[in-house]
Amino acid sequence: MAAAPFTDEELARLRADFPILSRTVRGGHPLVYLDSGATSHKPTVVLDAERHFYEHTNAAVHRGAHQLSEEGTDAYESARETIARFIGAQASEVVFTRNATEALNLVAYAFTNGAHGGGGGHGDRFALRPGDEVLVTEMEHHANLIPWQEACRRTGATLRWVPVTADGRLDLTDLDSLLTERTKVFAFTHVSNVLGTVNAVRELAERAHAVGALAVLDACQSVPHLPIDVTDLGVDLLAYSGHKMFGPLGVGVLWGRPELLDEMPVFLTGGSMIETVTMESATYAPVPQKFEAGVPVAAQAVGLAAACDYLTALGMDRVHAHEQMLTERLLRGLAERPWVTVLGPADLRERGGAVAFAVDGVHPHDVGQVLDDRGVEVRVGHHCAWPLHRTLRVPASTRASFAAYTTPGEVDALLEALDRVPAIFGTEVPA
Amino acid sequence: MDLYQELILDHSKKPVNHGLREPFEGESHQVNPTCGDEVTLRVHLVGEGPEAVVEDVSYDSMGCSISVASASILAEELTGGTVAHARDTYEAMRAMLTSKGEDPGDEDVIGDGVALSGVAKYPARVKCALLSWAAFTDALYKAEGAQQ
Ligand SMILES: Cc1ncc(COP(=O)(O)O)c(C=O)c1O
Repeated sequence: MAAAPFTDEELARLRADFPILSRTVRGGHPLVYLDSGATSHKPTVVLDAERHFYEHTNAAVHRGAHQLSEEGTDAYESARETIARFIGAQASEVVFTRNATEALNLVAYAFTNGAHGGGGGHGDRFALRPGDEVLVTEMEHHANLIPWQEACRRTGATLRWVPVTADGRLDLTDLDSLLTERTKVFAFTHVSNVLGTVNAVRELAERAHAVGALAVLDACQSVPHLPIDVTDLGVDLLAYSGHKMFGPLGVGVLWGRPELLDEMPVFLTGGSMIETVTMESATYAPVPQKFEAGVPVAAQAVGLAAACDYLTALGMDRVHAHEQMLTERLLRGLAERPWVTVLGPADLRERGGAVAFAVDGVHPHDVGQVLDDRGVEVRVGHHCAWPLHRTLRVPASTRASFAAYTTPGEVDALLEALDRVPAIFGTEVPA
Repeated sequence: MDLYQELILDHSKKPVNHGLREPFEGESHQVNPTCGDEVTLRVHLVGEGPEAVVEDVSYDSMGCSISVASASILAEELTGGTVAHARDTYEAMRAMLTSKGEDPGDEDVIGDGVALSGVAKYPARVKCALLSWAAFTDALYKAEGAQQ
């Protein structure tokens, strides 16, 4: 049986776990937070887990041998296990970073270091050279675009990209000429943070592998919203941020196939990531430590593990079903308003819980301001996907995005607040 | 909503002296990286020094109602005045917009600019209102440099 959205009672109970959801904004309006795609709120269990770490076990993890250090290391490493289990991985395949941006930079820098024989890597897989190509897509978040632009600039490799169709899907017509034996890495997003488009990860990873390229997945908008099993996806490396999935700020994850992580050169260097050090050179610790330079983000990792447990208890299949229900409700409501144009696929099955739209004749900043006036908090702008907006021929857009705690009533509140827009800006279409 | 006063909506729908024109001595292009709003603005001066006359301010502005209205108000207030007047107006606008709502603005100095006083309460929008003014000061600086 297909998983069901949360019932009203379940939602009420769940929302009580998130203290911030009961606050008011802009002169007493209840907060209608529809910006979970940017960052989600945190349940009490996550805040408690972090606080507990600081109150009881605070220590520089993996450094020193006193009792606190032992317990801190234990807490950190068992958080790694929980977080790995959440995505169907082994603990040794999970690298903690500050966020997805850092995880993607880590990979892009590994490809640069590999070109110069540095970073303690081995093999040729992580060496970008002139003549090599990096393939991305036009729907990438800047976090999965600019690191590759810079890696290409540093190494002389060439950046290419898969275009996006007018309805916001990857245009795979010319994929064969874009993805060739010159391609070393194909980096793409699982779910677009603007369009909600869900890409066919398995198929794209297979196409990458067929030409010997590595498949790197930006899973920022999928891990928080869908059941994910890395062994099903077929990709080689995967990055996401904890703060978008009820976890604390300041912790992200890079997952990789173990043999690749082993080969991959390091990015940040310093303490905690070494094996031996002399004045001339150093050798590096095994995975995952070799990618975790500096005192690790232990409290944040512990918080993120609590968030994974929380999501697991809710059931990721139900979280997904719930967000699909909300997306359908919003798409239906927007379709009834001819002065609104939704960006991205019209078909619900091809999209996740992010809906960006344009209002005829009104700039998204102004739309957002009118919504905000009623406590409805959405994202306005280009959502760190400027090239995508250029392709869709809109300067910016208004985006609503959901989480498990979002209610159908909040979707209705958005639609209701939106109805004030044409009147305020005098763009009403004559009946 | 008090932010969207009639005057702002009028300016944003029918921006005063909109369009890019010749001649000009200084031009500036400014972008608001959070939303992609853009303005290109040109200044044409007659004479030199603080008493030079801002003969024309021409601009192309793409953005929200606040940024377009602000550019329109700028063109209305500064065209035909002296450079010294333009600087005083800019300072008064900036002071009002960055005052977090403390400074209501002086209509004698900034004219229609007072309609933008509500923006000061929304820190995320201050940049929208200041975009064309930043372009103006930059274009003016270039125009004066070109005269040297
Ligand atoms: C698809 C996507 N990729 C990457 C990021 C970057 O995440 P962070 O800023 O947490 O590193 C985000 C969110 O901002 C995103 O939505």
